Amino acid sequence: MDRVAVVGIGMVEIEGNKVRDTFETMVFSAVTRALADAGLEIGDIDNVITTSNDFWDGRTISCMAVGDASGARDKNVSCVEGDGTFGAFYGLARILSGSYGTTLVTAHSKGSQSVSSLITNAAFDPIYERTLGLDMITGSALQARAYMDATGTTSEHLAMVSVKNHGNAKGNPYAQLPMDLTVADVLSSEMIADPLHKLDCSPVSDGACAIILAREDRVPKAKTKSVWVKGVSFASDAYFLGDRDLTFSRSLAQAAKKAYAMAGIGDPARQVGLVECYDAFSYQELMWLEGLGICEKGRAKDLLSAGAFDKNGRIPVNASGGLLSGHPVIAAGLYRMAECVKSLRNGSSGKTAVAQGLNGVAGQSHCVWVLGDKP
Amino acid sequence: MDQDFAGIEPLVYESRIGIPYNWWAGDTATKFFTGLSSERVFYATRCDACNKTFLPPRKTCPLCFAKNLAWKPLAPKGAVTTFTVARRKLAALGDAEPPVFFALIKLDGADTAIAHRLGNVAEKDLAAGLRVRAVFAPEPKGGILDVLYFEPDK
Repeated sequence: MDRVAVVGIGMVEIEGNKVRDTFETMVFSAVTRALADAGLEIGDIDNVITTSNDFWDGRTISCMAVGDASGARDKNVSCVEGDGTFGAFYGLARILSGSYGTTLVTAHSKGSQSVSSLITNAAFDPIYERTLGLDMITGSALQARAYMDATGTTSEHLAMVSVKNHGNAKGNPYAQLPMDLTVADVLSSEMIADPLHKLDCSPVSDGACAIILAREDRVPKAKTKSVWVKGVSFASDAYFLGDRDLTFSRSLAQAAKKAYAMAGIGDPARQVGLVECYDAFSYQELMWLEGLGICEKGRAKDLLSAGAFDKNGRIPVNASGGLLSGHPVIAAGLYRMAECVKSLRNGSSGKTAVAQGLNGVAGQSHCVWVLGDKP
Repeated sequence: MDQDFAGIEPLVYESRIGIPYNWWAGDTATKFFTGLSSERVFYATRCDACNKTFLPPRKTCPLCFAKNLAWKPLAPKGAVTTFTVARRKLAALGDAEPPVFFALIKLDGADTAIAHRLGNVAEKDLAAGLRVRAVFAPEPKGGILDVLYFEPDK
């Protein structure tokens, strides 16, 4: 495989309600920041991938509406409906096709402008499930209960994830909810859907992120320290919740195994320096770490309790504050990648980082990126 | 230039998309809902090669792609595999007033679970493994709410 690097990242500040921004201004801001970060001009970009969701945007073929803001006019542009990590995967594939030397990937959403519960209800099967009234929170709560029953993970463990990530967000200028919390604060917050308290759930958020991928021969033109794609894969589980093992994500484990094999990683627990994973809910951070092979099934709570996932722990997890501190759907996984790039550039947490994105209710499919500080 | 907009209060434009859909449920789901309303049984399908019984029913085995799986009617009884209680009035609940009880339920003889609501249940009894039975709507309309909810089967 040709070697490919991330040469530019651009994030906008994640907020609960960016009333002064449209989709286009958010995306344009992310793109201009990514170009400035890379020291490149829009003319250096060979092709563009936009990532959006028609229901969140309230517009069909929403990808075309952000083409101009993404600098895609007069360029080959294509789109992904799903998480930004999948958009980046497509962008990488286009470089590997040999047709393009650079790809600009953008992703955005404004949760503030619609009703999350109704949009995620529409993710359920219209014939067998939708009229029951499930949504992302109640659907995930079913998974949370199954995971906790199987692993002995408690509400206190979940609360510790929330405390850690909201605390980490205090060092992240892009985070929506930096907070000093205690376990008691989380446990006494509103119970939305058992076992998920309000502070176990990520907030409704607005945000946009852009990254620039470049083939090795195009890397020298970029001014910033490159971060290299070492491995990447994605995999999907069954659609119906009742078909899946809700206590362990098989699709994440499959994706991680392939990505690690590409990256030459045989022992992720020792070789991965930091993780930015999709903590849409507190329990998901623990469950995904097990799927990612960072620890054995059921052990994440113990490592969490021992401080292994703290900012200064053995494997910092969501040192940025994660999605619990700001969750712009669609852009969320691309933010995870950008945060990994930031960390690898400053070299504070080792040489290998893992970013994860997902699609579907309760994490039906997962995309895993292994990024490194050397080609 | 940003200061040029300092005195401008952003306009919020309220809108909605309202598009009706008519989903053809397919012959497999039609058989399922007809069985539910006329026989009060749950029609699953079974793949003998994989030794799995699927609910909701599948025309084709999702594991081995075997076609035209055999029907297997299941009695409306089973066990809860996981559950939640919606306490906030989430928009997806529609007219239902919280608390609303959701569960995945594995009917006896099925290898996969279906999502539904629970009713007539005390919170202290909620647990994986709780035995439940379907409560049918008096006037079926041809949908998943022809089962109103599942209740504890004592």
